[in-house]
Amino acid sequence: MSVESHVLGPEQRSFQALVAANRRTDVLMASVGILVLAVAAALLTAVMVDLISSGWPRLVNPDFYTSFPSRKPEQAGIISAMVGTSLVMLVTAFISIPLAVAAGIYLEEYAPKNWLTDIIEINVSNLAGVPSIIYGLLALGLFVYGFGLGETILTAGLVLALLILPVIIVATREAIRSIPKDLREAAYGLGADKWQTVSHYVLPAARPGILTGAIVGLARAIGEAAPVITIGALTFIAFLPPAPVQATPPFINFDWLMSPFTVMPIQLFNWVSRPQAAFHINAAATGVVLMVMTLLMNGLAIYIRFKLRQHQRS
Amino acid sequence: MPQSRTTTLGFPPGPAPLIGGATEQFLRRRAFWNRFAAYWLLAAASVSVFVTIGIVYVLFTESAPFFRVVSLKDFLTDTQWTPVFENARYGVMTLVSATVTVAGIALAVAIPAGLALAIYLSEYARPAVRETVKPLLELLEGVPTVVYGFFALLFVTPLLQTFIPGLAGFNMLAPGLVMGIMILPYTASVSEDAMRAVPMGLREAGYALGYSRFRVATRVVVPAALSGITAAFILGMSRAVGETMVVAIAAGQNPNFTFNPTEGAATITAYIVQMAMGDLPHGSIAYQSVFAAGMVLFLITLLFNLIGFYLRRRFREAY
Repeated sequence: MSVESHVLGPEQRSFQALVAANRRTDVLMASVGILVLAVAAALLTAVMVDLISSGWPRLVNPDFYTSFPSRKPEQAGIISAMVGTSLVMLVTAFISIPLAVAAGIYLEEYAPKNWLTDIIEINVSNLAGVPSIIYGLLALGLFVYGFGLGETILTAGLVLALLILPVIIVATREAIRSIPKDLREAAYGLGADKWQTVSHYVLPAARPGILTGAIVGLARAIGEAAPVITIGALTFIAFLPPAPVQATPPFINFDWLMSPFTVMPIQLFNWVSRPQAAFHINAAATGVVLMVMTLLMNGLAIYIRFKLRQHQRS
Repeated sequence: MPQSRTTTLGFPPGPAPLIGGATEQFLRRRAFWNRFAAYWLLAAASVSVFVTIGIVYVLFTESAPFFRVVSLKDFLTDTQWTPVFENARYGVMTLVSATVTVAGIALAVAIPAGLALAIYLSEYARPAVRETVKPLLELLEGVPTVVYGFFALLFVTPLLQTFIPGLAGFNMLAPGLVMGIMILPYTASVSEDAMRAVPMGLREAGYALGYSRFRVATRVVVPAALSGITAAFILGMSRAVGETMVVAIAAGQNPNFTFNPTEGAATITAYIVQMAMGDLPHGSIAYQSVFAAGMVLFLITLLFNLIGFYLRRRFREAY
C-alpha cells in the first residue's frame, strides 16, 4: 500500500490495520513453530552433550569395552551387554524380518477384501500401539513359564521380534504399494504366475523400502529395555554365552540361544538406578554407545529413503 | 490376469490343465509353489492375530487367581498399593493416579507444541524445510527411552530443582516433561498428515475470502482435520500411559496415591518393572498382581488405540 494514510477514510485505515494484524499473527505463528523445532533440536543436543560429558572418563577407557560388570564402578565394563545385545538382535532379525515381510506381502498382494483381512489389519495397527511392557508380560507368562524357555537370549529375541513386527509390516506394505502396477502386468504378460511375479519382480523392487523399515525396527529393538526386564533378564552377567561358531564340526552351535544374558539398555538401567554417582558415569557412557548405535541405524534408514526418493524422481 | 480367478482367501487357482511331458511337470511344480507360498504368507499374516490372542490369554489366566483373592471393588477403590507387605492392600488407583499425572504433564507439553509444529510444517514451512525437519524428528523418536530416563533423572531434575526448591529427587514433573518432548514427534507427524490431507480447495476458498494464513490454518484446516488431530493426541496419550523406562528411572518406585507432580510415585509400568527386577515366585499373589496391573494398562491403551484408529480411518475416508 503506497497510498499516504492521510488521504484514507476510516474503513480503509481499519483495513490497513487488519492487514498488519494478520501479518503479525502469521509471523507469530511461524516463530512459535520454529521455536518448538529449536527446543526439540536443543533437547537432542542436550541429551548427547550431557551423556558424553558425564560419561567421558569411561568412554575413552578401552577397558570399558572389554570388561564385565563389576561391583567396583571403575572396573565395570559393557562387554557382556554388547555381546548380549548383538546375539538378541540376531534372533530378532531372523524371526521378525521374514515374518513381517511375508505378512506385508499377503496384505498387499493376496488379501481379498473380507472380514479376515479386516481383522488382520486392525490387529496390526492395534499391536503397534500396545505398550512394550505388555509384550514383556506376554513373554513372561507364555515363553518363560508356558513354553519353559526360561530367561534366555531366545526368549528376549522372540519378544523383541513380536514387538517390531508391526513396524516392519507397515514399511513393507508401503514399499510394495509404491511399486507401479506396470511392473506386475509386465511380469504377468511374460507368463509369470503370481508367486513368480511377487518373488522375482515386486519384492526386489520393494527391497530398499523394506530394508529401511527393518533397520528402523531393529534400532527400536536395540533400545528397548522394558520387555526384556519383564522376562527377568539379569543385570550382573560376568561371563559370555557359548560362541555360535566353533572349530570342530558341525561348526555352528545353538547353545547360546538358551544362555542367560544382559543387554545394553538393562545395563544402563541398572547403573542409573544405583545411588553411587560413580556408576552414573558408566550409565552415561553406555548411553552414548547406545545412542550412537541407534542414531547410526536411523540415519542409515533416512539416507536409504532419501536415495530411493531421488531415484524415483529421476 | 490370474488375480481375477482367486478364491475367497485370495489364493491362486489349482494346477494348470494337462499338457503333458516336461512342460506339464514344470507347470505342476510351479502351481504347487504358487499355492504353497500363498498359504505360507497367510500363516505369517495371522501371527499378529495370535499375538493379540496370546496377550489377552496371558493377562486373563495369570490375573484370574488374583481376582479370586481381591475383590474388584477393593481393586478399584482402595488407595493403597502394598502387595508385598504383611498387610497387603491392592488399590490399583494408586498406580493409576501416578500414570495419569505423568501422562497429563506429557500431554500438556505435547498437545500445544505438537499442534503448533504440525501447523507450521503443514501450512507455513517450505517443502525444503519440511524435508530436513522430518528426519530430525525421526531421530528424536529413535532415542532409546532408557536414555531419556537417564536425562530426566540426572539432568532435568537437578535443573528443575534450582527453580522449584521443594522438588523431590524422584518426581513426576521431570519425566512428564521429558516424555512430552518424547511423544512430540509422533503427535506432530500424525496431525501433520491429517492437515495435509485437507483438500487445497478448502484453503483456497479461505484465501479468496481474504483470510490470513493464520486464519486459514485455525478456521479451515484445523477444523477440517480435527478427527485426525484428535487421533494423534489420543494415540499420543496411549503412548504416554504405556511408557515405561522414563518413569521407572525418574519418577521413583514408591506407590503413592497423589496427583502432585513434585512428588515421586510409581506408575503402572514402573510397578511392573520393579516387581520384575526382584525374584518373583511364579504363582504368588505378588506375581499375579503384576498381571492384574498389566491388564488395567492394556485395557486403557486398547481403548485409546481403538478410538484413535477409528478417528484416523474416518479422516482418511473423508477426503
